[in-house]
Amino acid sequence: MAGKPKLHYTKGRGKMESIRWLLAAAGVEFEEEFIETKEDLEKLRNDGVLLFEQVPMVEMDGMKMVQTRAILSYIAAKYNLYGKDLKERAWIDMYVEGTTDLMGMIMYLPFQPADTKEKNLALIIERATTRYFPVYEKALKDHGQDYLVGNKLSWADIHLLEAILMVEECKPDVLSAFPLLQAFKGRISNIPTIKKFLQPGSQRKPPTDEKFVAVVRKIFNI
Amino acid sequence: MKFKLQQYLSGNQELRIMSGKPRLIYLNGRGRMESIRWLLAAAGVEFEEVYLETKEQFEKLIKDGSLLFQQVPLVEIDGMKMVQTRAIMSYIAGKYNLYGKDLKERALIDMYVEGISDLMQMILMFPFSPPDAKEKNLESIKERATNRYFPVFEKVLKQHGQDFLVGNKFSWADVQLMEAILAVEEKVPDVLSGFPQLQVFKTKMSNMPTIKKFLPGCRNFFIVGILLILALKLYKTKLKQQRA
Repeated sequence: MAGKPKLHYTKGRGKMESIRWLLAAAGVEFEEEFIETKEDLEKLRNDGVLLFEQVPMVEMDGMKMVQTRAILSYIAAKYNLYGKDLKERAWIDMYVEGTTDLMGMIMYLPFQPADTKEKNLALIIERATTRYFPVYEKALKDHGQDYLVGNKLSWADIHLLEAILMVEECKPDVLSAFPLLQAFKGRISNIPTIKKFLQPGSQRKPPTDEKFVAVVRKIFNI
Repeated sequence: MKFKLQQYLSGNQELRIMSGKPRLIYLNGRGRMESIRWLLAAAGVEFEEVYLETKEQFEKLIKDGSLLFQQVPLVEIDGMKMVQTRAIMSYIAGKYNLYGKDLKERALIDMYVEGISDLMQMILMFPFSPPDAKEKNLESIKERATNRYFPVFEKVLKQHGQDFLVGNKFSWADVQLMEAILAVEEKVPDVLSGFPQLQVFKTKMSNMPTIKKFLPGCRNFFIVGILLILALKLYKTKLKQQRA
């Protein structure tokens, strides 16, 4: 009954990576079944296990869960990473939606036409430094606590760390004007479960390169 | 109740404290705010609206620091300036008991809502399609609705035979599905022809008091009815006067 969660996705970051992060941070061991060909995806669809014919799909607690946000919300609530009441949840949701928008831009970057890449990258950095990071820097400054919401580790902190690291892969010094986020990054990275996930050999996936883009295009027919 | 944006921006505190109703700040159109209007209305919650009409008004809102990520929708509710559509709706659903009875029911509601939201996104973006892509996009909406999304909910309703999608109780998922059905029907009028359970569902939802009140057709009918009654009364009075 209480088997490990099983993740169905490609062997890359995409929409599953935030789920891997959250499970890992919560200290939950999980298995992965990788979709490597179009036929693998077709089989899942024909087996009727994908509610809307899409992945991510996570088998967990007797459910075949789909839709990234639904999966993440469930995990956050189950492992007490969703605040202590409705208002804290509201703040966590707002913060997570912001980092989701930012990471979404980065996720699609490798799939964009080559001649737009530079422009899109510049937009990502601009959004990160003028729209998103200032919000989290201010939140930390205003309450002076270690975590974004309710003085306790939550989904919002894990998601923000993931976003920071992703943006740094685009521009290593992007946190130069955000001292509190730098300290935050150091602190959250040192949490044992997260530290483990950041080490080589973990289930964290590497950034998507051109070779992998070709694989993904084939599988999803895009 | 609608307020002028100037009033709002000038910080009309007394009004805000007095009313205590959620206040929605957006354009005077559906967009990303419509699902929020639906949910509040279905929950029987009265709300106020402030409409953004110019770019300058939007920029002022940003400058005032009201928009966490410089975006609308913005909903002032319970002392918070909430942004991000999903965060707002999750809060409303949680507050008004439209989010299931436990974690698993919430998971189902979330899954259903996210699926429907993907379909609604296609409809939301449709007016912004370049003219030469409009027909293709309309076809995509029809295809997705009839092959990917509606069959799921048809099956769910058939399997448990209950009136509502989750936990035999009215929830956010039902409101979202109802909104989607009507939105697709506006583009594809016969879209429910292969979905008998959804047809029944649509009728049941339409008859729920809070939703009935929110549906435009009913509102107009009500207004026309009142006008007819008044006109008749006036006519009767005139007749009496003439005879006398």
